[in-house]
Amino acid sequence: MNSQWIAVIITSVLCYALKYIGHAIPEVWLAHPRVQRITNLIPIVLLSGLVAMQAFTTKTKFMVDHRLAGITVAIVALTAKLPFPVVVVGAMATSAIVYRLKI
Amino acid sequence: MSVQRDSLSVGLAVGAAGVAFGAVAVADHFTVAQACFLSFVLFSGASQFSLVAVMSAGGSALSAIVTGTFLGSRNGLYGVRMAQILKLKGAKRALAAQITIDESTGVAIAQSNPKDQRTAFWYTGFGVFFFWNLFTLLGAIGAKAIGDTSAWGLDVASPAIFCAVLYPRLKERKLLLASALSFIWALSITEFVPAGVPIISTVVIAAIVGWK
Repeated sequence: MNSQWIAVIITSVLCYALKYIGHAIPEVWLAHPRVQRITNLIPIVLLSGLVAMQAFTTKTKFMVDHRLAGITVAIVALTAKLPFPVVVVGAMATSAIVYRLKI
Repeated sequence: MSVQRDSLSVGLAVGAAGVAFGAVAVADHFTVAQACFLSFVLFSGASQFSLVAVMSAGGSALSAIVTGTFLGSRNGLYGVRMAQILKLKGAKRALAAQITIDESTGVAIAQSNPKDQRTAFWYTGFGVFFFWNLFTLLGAIGAKAIGDTSAWGLDVASPAIFCAVLYPRLKERKLLLASALSFIWALSITEFVPAGVPIISTVVIAAIVGWK
């Protein structure tokens, strides 16, 4: 078995184990109001960090490019309360157009 | 009804980005079978992309495993949150664990009551799972035909979706504060730490903001 398959299989197994452990942690561990507040915040902070990375970095380097135009359109569409598909397709189309114009 | 519709449209939109993963994986000298295995078993976009990127940049299997697992660890934290809403046991819990990802958790917590949260979790999770796997296969096979994924806007599909998921949650001041701090924090440290650290380290911000 080559090293690619080893990485693929081991990472897959470990990632599933982590998902399952999250679900299986006893509820009493999480009953404290402080723990509740923090676990409530966790998806928010992780997704915020993820958006920052996906929109403004290339291979871990800070980078502002065509994606900024797409994200700006998404945020404008959200504040205008447009439907979800419009937000996403609008962002993708804008980003693609800006990207192609630059080339 | 609109919970199902919104959930499935997230599933389709995010799943379509599987084209990008399939294409990138094959372009980075992974096989079609490896790309499909990752989408089916690992099933977490950021981990999948990072694993492929690390190895194609000459990284070892170990560094690919560490980076991919590090990025995947946030799903465990989502699992902690979702378990409180889903309250499952046995096989159903094992199934829910597999589809506990950014999108299913994000769309679920954006709902205003537990019933809608559960509906959103299952519809989004299985919606993304189905389309992500389908499009990974198509992308891997058609890797050469699709060419540059940025030219099709695929690189902003995922962050735009997460903006839409976060937006309704940010009316509360503490959540807005935590979100803004995490965004700035991640970008501030990205050039100085290994991939994955900027994202996972934001849990410290959750702990600080949520302390009192």
